[in-house]
Amino acid sequence: MSAIAMREDTTGLRRRKLVGGIFLGVFIGATMLALGALALLLIDVFRDGASWLSWSFIRNLPSRRPEIAGIWPALIGSIWIMILTAAFTFPIGVGAAIYLHEFSKRGKLDRIIETNISNLAGVPSIVYGLLGLAVFVELFGRGPSILSGALTMTLLILPVVIIASREALRAVPDSLRQAALGVGATRWQMVWSHVLPAAMPGILTGTILALSRAIGETAPLIVVGAVTYITFTPEGLESRFTVLPLQIFDWASRPQDDFQAIAAAGIIVLLVLLLTMNTAAILLRNHFRKNQNW
Amino acid sequence: MAEKVAKATTITTPGSTTAMAARSLRGSSENRPVERIIRFLLMMCGLLSVVTTFAIVAVLIEETVRFFIDVSPVDFFFGTRWAPLLQPQSFGVLPLVVGTLQIAFFAMLVAVPIGLASAIYLSMYAPERVRMVVKPLLEILAGVPTVVYGYFALTFITPTIIRNIWGDAGVFNALSAGIAVGIMIIPMVSSLSEDAIQAVPRSLRDGALALGATKFEVSTRVMVPAALSGIMASCILALSRAVGETMIVVLAAGGTPRFEWDPLGPLQTMTAYIVQISLGDTPRGGIEYKTLFAVGFTLFLITLFMNIISQRVTARFREEYD
Repeated sequence: MSAIAMREDTTGLRRRKLVGGIFLGVFIGATMLALGALALLLIDVFRDGASWLSWSFIRNLPSRRPEIAGIWPALIGSIWIMILTAAFTFPIGVGAAIYLHEFSKRGKLDRIIETNISNLAGVPSIVYGLLGLAVFVELFGRGPSILSGALTMTLLILPVVIIASREALRAVPDSLRQAALGVGATRWQMVWSHVLPAAMPGILTGTILALSRAIGETAPLIVVGAVTYITFTPEGLESRFTVLPLQIFDWASRPQDDFQAIAAAGIIVLLVLLLTMNTAAILLRNHFRKNQNW
Repeated sequence: MAEKVAKATTITTPGSTTAMAARSLRGSSENRPVERIIRFLLMMCGLLSVVTTFAIVAVLIEETVRFFIDVSPVDFFFGTRWAPLLQPQSFGVLPLVVGTLQIAFFAMLVAVPIGLASAIYLSMYAPERVRMVVKPLLEILAGVPTVVYGYFALTFITPTIIRNIWGDAGVFNALSAGIAVGIMIIPMVSSLSEDAIQAVPRSLRDGALALGATKFEVSTRVMVPAALSGIMASCILALSRAVGETMIVVLAAGGTPRFEWDPLGPLQTMTAYIVQISLGDTPRGGIEYKTLFAVGFTLFLITLFMNIISQRVTARFREEYD
């Protein structure tokens, strides 16, 4: 080994380390860029909309005059859709997850169901809108009602709820099942009294997160026939309706600056609603995790 | 013994004697009517997803076939003018497909480099504390409703960025919508790619480091190639999400179907067309109603094709390390 060769080696290393350092900067920069985009988005929305937020903005009906326009029908519509969707999705989604994880004998049909669920999760949301339009609105004759909207949303988030619930069931240790079966419980008794309570925090968290996705969805509801301009709050399942993101869309697509600003104010309300749901999900998870001892 | 039996009931490996015992045990308690009814009901819940799939395909095909009675499939798939609302009507879907691809192209141009770079940073460099903060923050990007991105593209990206650089860009332009879609799908690329890189065995990384490779060389020449199947799968999933994205495009890219590549001008995607028609009054049975499903079917086939490719890629290029 001559001294020259060694010196060449070290300079090579120095160059390689320099390249590594530069790229580390690039990697960090890219990550910062993504976070920066998030920050910019929030700043943009709050700067435009915060001054328009008021109690009357929340309680008023939409109007052609931006200064007295409000989001009350959209807010109530979103809450209706959320509650109905939760009521439909929760039992069906959890039931399907229990079937796949606790009862399935891994037959051909079971495998078809599994592949199918992961494929459904990749279908664009607007296609679910077309399904809702053809089946709930036209075939079942429910019209562009809140019920049609909620059923469409149910089908849309069902795969997400099933996948999340399965993860929660998977996290329950087998010893619990073995103990229950060992003392003579039937499979359903085991699931109902032992596995399900243990998996419930995970299931609830997953369901709330899926619902918060439904809250932000607009496109399928437009296809189902939700309306952009509505001056009453929904009164029942057959009522026509609008939802927050659709109201925001309507305002944002108008050219006047004031309407753009109340669109931003509407976005703040929507984000607060989402934040509340996500916080609830996280608190729920932390609360139950503390009481868990495996 | 009890433990063995119980274990066998959950696993049931055929052939072993404990499993046989377990099966007969199962048989006695699980054939009770209540158990069977419950099992049946739960299975129905699972089957609903299969029914949904069939319903989607049936609905799309039924109306598309009706559409093809009025318009020839050749005109639809190869026509270069999309004007169902104008006279003379024309039903060539290619402008919508080109519009969709244009949006997806710019979205991927944003999401893949940024997503991959942050995946490498988070999995190879970032201290655990930084990772615990940055990862959930990035995932917020995927949770922001799309209409918010549409607003952001329209009121910030277009006026503040695009039109400052290219003065002749339109109020509605493809580039702005594409960038916003790209930001939205960054977490899909970064999260799934990071998982893929994390799944590469630690020994590979340690071996390369021990041979004197720098961290950057380990990342780009060992870890990323080893995780390539997962990374590609995540990119294809992100692409399929970009193709199906609706509200951003409706708000920021306008509604003009055009068969040309013009990043600074307006365009219309397949999803945006469906929304445009749905916002109006579409009586069932009319040609516009049928076009919804023909366009929806085209979109469905494209995304289905991508999802299948993504699954194949994961299965085919998965490198097994044991």
